[in-house]
Amino acid sequence: MITLSNINKTFKVAKRQAGFGRAVKALFSREHELVRALTDVSFRIGDGEMVGYIGPNGAGKSTTIKIMCGILTPESGACEIDGRTPWKERVAHVREIGVVFGQRSQLWWDVPVVDSFELIRDIYKVDEKLYKRNLDELAALLDLGELMKTPARSLSLGQRMRCEIAASLLHSPKTLFLDEPTIGLDAVSKIAVRQFIKKLNAEHGTTVILTTHDMQDIEALTERILLIGKGRILLDGSLEELKKRSSERKTLVVEYKGAAPEICFGMAVREDKDGRLVISLDPSILSVSDAITSLAAGAEITDVSVSGVTAEEMVASLYKEYRI
Amino acid sequence: MKLYLKFFAINLKSQMQYKATFLLNIFARVVMSFATVAGVWFMFMRFNEVEGFTLNQVLLCTAIIMMSFSLTEVFARGFDVFPRLLGNGQFDRFLVRPRNIIFQVLASQMEFARLGIFIQAAFVFIYAIPRSGVVWTRDKILTLFLMIICGSLVFFGLYLVYASFAFFTVEGLEFMNILIYGGREFGRYPFSIYGKGILKFLTYIVPLALFQYYPLLYLLDIKQNAFYMLLPPLSMLFLLPSYAFFRIGLRRYKSTGS
Repeated sequence: MITLSNINKTFKVAKRQAGFGRAVKALFSREHELVRALTDVSFRIGDGEMVGYIGPNGAGKSTTIKIMCGILTPESGACEIDGRTPWKERVAHVREIGVVFGQRSQLWWDVPVVDSFELIRDIYKVDEKLYKRNLDELAALLDLGELMKTPARSLSLGQRMRCEIAASLLHSPKTLFLDEPTIGLDAVSKIAVRQFIKKLNAEHGTTVILTTHDMQDIEALTERILLIGKGRILLDGSLEELKKRSSERKTLVVEYKGAAPEICFGMAVREDKDGRLVISLDPSILSVSDAITSLAAGAEITDVSVSGVTAEEMVASLYKEYRI
Repeated sequence: MKLYLKFFAINLKSQMQYKATFLLNIFARVVMSFATVAGVWFMFMRFNEVEGFTLNQVLLCTAIIMMSFSLTEVFARGFDVFPRLLGNGQFDRFLVRPRNIIFQVLASQMEFARLGIFIQAAFVFIYAIPRSGVVWTRDKILTLFLMIICGSLVFFGLYLVYASFAFFTVEGLEFMNILIYGGREFGRYPFSIYGKGILKFLTYIVPLALFQYYPLLYLLDIKQNAFYMLLPPLSMLFLLPSYAFFRIGLRRYKSTGS
């Protein structure tokens, strides 16, 4: 169980000014600017939940994650994870969590991955039997096999990420923090990582908190979304709810030959070029099947595709709505 | 301790990945540090003594400071490159592992190539020990060991202070380099030759003289009081404020994250 209540965090940022004279002055006294990183952040995450933590760059995602990991101390507010305050009982707390920073490696660069795993086992004092069981399972699920004999420096990004995730789970943590786990991965690796996380959550009941800019991650993995902007939690709800909320409209892409099909009430043309028509449709006025029937009645249609709002569009419209 | 040895092994293994580079590095360090020794040598080609010390006596001093500093460079490398650990986020990784922070910084990096300086210092010892005119009793051998070990720890304390500063600022770290590398360079000669003021500073503030100058007087029979033998261990008191300073820096880091 993770509970954050009224967490506030302000950073002091030194103002830097141009010019030699001012630089000298800055050596003795420096002007500071206070930047609010988090304002009254509160939420609660139950055991075994999978939560997507989203927001634009600089919204406060990493700061929140760092506070939950015990790296940062907030100014005010309380944070309790399994009964502990992360920054007060650092050692006991971090034993129970796993952290993957997508852009930073925790593997030793020049030695085979398995050597890193063994060192991590010793750092966490993982019992040999448990280590073996975890390693076998992780190796099978993440398809590590031969990779473990390779030095980390010669792995591809996708291979390395699979090893990073395994490294963070060797001590069977109760909670897993993933900070942009799919950044820079190819499609196959992304899918592999997502499937693994899903399985981990389902089979071991590991609580997963994930920050990402990839909305497909969110769509594939999480049921619950926390949206943060300018240091405030703006929304807390399920993906479905949010989708409904943001817009019900559907997009129809129609390809036709000859004369353009006739547009009726409830449709809005977004684009009409070279025999390709993009229509935005409000299904509460006109159902999708009626729309297609009416379009087909007046023109020769070669292809039709219908899509709902993608998570990407939804988030973009949310960002717009909250002006973040 | 067992865990430290495992870190030791993985560091060694990493550096052994490139054996030729590793050996060349050590060799380069031996050659480079020879320049340090040669500097002392040239000085004595012009003057027969410096403040009453002969060449071989000064060489003994040079070897002591080189050896103790090289140990610090090998084993406290993590603090030497501390600003980098902060910059690339490796330090955050230490914070999410259930182990002591200083332990992790020490264990994460060891620079075995710096053993080159250690080897050079050993050569100088081989040359200077029989020629320095010291009558080697058991107490004096013990004193010599204390000088090297405690010296290494005082340098470690300076590294700790350096790292603590890195929590606050990326600028102004050069000031610490004056103490660290200056200490090493000027420490080739007994600190008394730089005048009373500096000697006092190096006795009471940054106690480099406690493991270098005073016990050297004991080795050379200039002072016979056994108290001088105990000064190197006393210099380790410097670790207390260094450690406290590091804790303050760490607390600040946790509240600013940068």
